[in-house]
Amino acid sequence: MSETSRPTPNRWKRFAEWDERPLRLDKFAAEDAENGFSAFRSPHDPAPSAMFSSGRVTSMDSKPAAGFDMIDTFIARYHLDPEIAPEAMAMPSLEVARMLVDMNVPRSELVRLARGMTPAKLAEVVAHLSSIEIAFAYSKMRARKTPGNQAHVTNAKDDPLQMAADAATAVAFGFDEIETTMRVARNAWSNAVACAVGASVGRWGTLFQCSSEEAEEIRIGMAGFTSYAETVSVYGTEKSFVDGDDTPWSKAFLAAAYASRGIKMRCTSGAGSELLMGFHESKSLLYLEARCLCLQRAMGVQGTQNGGIDGAPVTCTVPGGMRELMAENLIAVWLDLECASGNDARPTESEIRVGAKILPYLIAGSDLICSGFGSILKYDNSFNASLLNGEELEDYLVLQRDFEADGGLTPVDELRIMDLRRRAVDALGAVLEELNLSQPTPAMKQSVVSASGSDDTESYLPRDATLISEAIKERGITVVDVIKALAKRGFSEEAENLLKLVRLRISGDYLQTSAMVRGGRVLSAINDPNDYLGPGTGYRLSEVRRNEIVAIRDVLTREEVLRAEAIHKAAELKRINYRSLGPAHPGNDRTEVVIGVSPAFGIHLFQTVAGHPLSHVLRELMAGISEGGAKARIVRMHHTADTSFLGLSAARLAGSGIGIGLQAKGTAVIHQRDRLPHNNLELFSNSPITRLEHYRRMGANAAAYAFGKLPEPVVVPTRGEAMGSRYHARVSLIYAIETELTREGAEPEAVDVTLLGATA
Amino acid sequence: MTEKLTIHDYPLAEKRPDLVRGKRGKSPDDITLASVIDGEITMEDLRITATALLQQAEIARAASRDTLAANFERAAEMVAVPEDTMMRVYELLRPGRATSKTVLLDAARELQERYSATRLAEFVTEAADVYEQRGLFKNRF
Repeated sequence: MSETSRPTPNRWKRFAEWDERPLRLDKFAAEDAENGFSAFRSPHDPAPSAMFSSGRVTSMDSKPAAGFDMIDTFIARYHLDPEIAPEAMAMPSLEVARMLVDMNVPRSELVRLARGMTPAKLAEVVAHLSSIEIAFAYSKMRARKTPGNQAHVTNAKDDPLQMAADAATAVAFGFDEIETTMRVARNAWSNAVACAVGASVGRWGTLFQCSSEEAEEIRIGMAGFTSYAETVSVYGTEKSFVDGDDTPWSKAFLAAAYASRGIKMRCTSGAGSELLMGFHESKSLLYLEARCLCLQRAMGVQGTQNGGIDGAPVTCTVPGGMRELMAENLIAVWLDLECASGNDARPTESEIRVGAKILPYLIAGSDLICSGFGSILKYDNSFNASLLNGEELEDYLVLQRDFEADGGLTPVDELRIMDLRRRAVDALGAVLEELNLSQPTPAMKQSVVSASGSDDTESYLPRDATLISEAIKERGITVVDVIKALAKRGFSEEAENLLKLVRLRISGDYLQTSAMVRGGRVLSAINDPNDYLGPGTGYRLSEVRRNEIVAIRDVLTREEVLRAEAIHKAAELKRINYRSLGPAHPGNDRTEVVIGVSPAFGIHLFQTVAGHPLSHVLRELMAGISEGGAKARIVRMHHTADTSFLGLSAARLAGSGIGIGLQAKGTAVIHQRDRLPHNNLELFSNSPITRLEHYRRMGANAAAYAFGKLPEPVVVPTRGEAMGSRYHARVSLIYAIETELTREGAEPEAVDVTLLGATA
Repeated sequence: MTEKLTIHDYPLAEKRPDLVRGKRGKSPDDITLASVIDGEITMEDLRITATALLQQAEIARAASRDTLAANFERAAEMVAVPEDTMMRVYELLRPGRATSKTVLLDAARELQERYSATRLAEFVTEAADVYEQRGLFKNRF
């Protein structure tokens, strides 16, 4: 240390390091019920109650009917069942909470009871549950058995070609629904046509929506381009509702309007929206959301998109925020609503919080796990970045495989994706040309096919999309025109797929609760009801589905490892020659260090995990030993492949009593004759980061020990890499190749090693 | 229909194709790519009918989803309501659009008299009463 004075730190440096982590970009809010920042309970939440007089509600949640706001009135008239309420409201909340996690109480019984419960009662019940209980209850209570998922497909330029390619890509990954929206409102029609065409590439059945202004959204639906809507927002306080420019009656009217045009619809609600709109009435987030959900059931919509949609980020700032989001999803499914369970707006910059947020939903399953998984890159998401995005899609695929959980997606190989993207772009190009909307150039199309995001494209810009969009709207182009154009230009498979989807509309089958299309069939809570009653019931991965989920890319096999080794064999043969000298005997030269190599060393395996040719490793060890003044002798072990025993066996043969154990994968140890097997002198356990210079110094140290000295041990520096995750699969396969060659009691074999001239 | 539909009739397109017809009477089997190319199919053939919505309402009720069934029943009435009228009434139901109760009651009467939409008319009338109580008949912008 120098004499010059350094400033005395007044802070543990770790805090400064923590300041730099993405987590610290998240801001957290103190619990403050008065100002709306309370997840589960506020002193202003009413006590649950319901009173009736001749079949009409006279008071609800401690409020007499005369004081009801519009939301109370609507819930009291259309949700609360006077036949069930006296029974349900009288049950202790804790008892009902236990029923929710009791696998012997069927879902149908709980759904019946919910019809007689007020918002405050529903909120009070679920507040008794821990996070794991909520997740379990959710998995038991969700309406449809088979889980699904929804994607956002948007881009920063409103480029229809990219929209089509990305829609086809999302469909290939297995999303059951795709949702688009625009940077420029007028581009709705262009987006809708592009996504409709893109989603018909590869397979059929993906439902599609274009989030825009209500009247426009219905018109686009009536033209046949979209099949569902989910932006019908409801709020938990009257003032928020009115500021949202609607009432329960206007929204319920709209719900009937959508159904009358054969369009599936769900509402949107979720914690935090009232807080963001400034009218929270000092109520807890959960209570307000319980009101929204009772209202939705009352309106007769089949489902909801909730779990803090745009309000998720603010909800995640309060204690228990993420648990609250799960709890409100649970109330939704308990009320028998389809649930597109949020996991939508990105609530954090911390990848750990992202992973933690998604896990309960992934393992519990959900009608739509994300109500907008960003299938595109973050910057292309016109709704704003999602919890999970194009960047992280593979992480999600691996999570499915890790937990053997059906998250609704399926890995797709690279060639297939390229084919689908090309096909989608060509199909949309043909439609644009055929309908005289635009003439995309081959260069535009090509730039889109391989593009990860709109930064990579040389294609349409928002203004171009506007011209296309206005023309579609003004000329009254419908899905029938698009189907004809596809067929005429030879895209009959896509034409057929699109037709099959719009044809479904006639029966209205997909208007029922939790409907999606799988394998050409409508699957809903009616014909695929969640029948969970404990292990062995409910949704289980079929063998076929499991095989799909586990088939991620770049999976190592033993054959692949051996193939990789064989590539190095020829080069190694030019660098080194191993000649057997028969059984090895103990030496008596006090300056001798024995290097004990593993059974497959230089026979089936030719390089370390770090990529060093084994000849180079031996050369360095031998050079180090010689520089230290000792002599090296090489012995191949046949009775063991374990580093410690290789080293100890070598030490017992060495005249100096010092041996080096060396596995083909590069793990090395210095051992001494009279030590316990796992109590060595020096060990290089991190073979992937062990460099040749380390082996040379190890050789020199072995020589030093041979002369009874105590050298400075060689430390291979590590920066804490997740070495195991990178190498363990390969290492285990390599090691199995070694252990297969071992024979119990086999004698060590003396080997004469000649290093040949070839380098590199 | 005499027998009520049950959950076993669902999905109708699969289990009861005999019941599934578009607005001009075409069955899904008639709606093929060839017939689209020949120009025999228009958007009208791809629209849902009031009958289909009432059938889905029966199924929803059989599945103990009374409120969903009621929505399908309102929707069945709405099928006959032209888009412009539908969107105009929706607009009137938004806060502050109708500046007096009469405007909503007129809309309700129109739904009843021109489209025999009894349920929708009742629904709009109910809204008019609630809006009056909650003071929503005032200009907001």
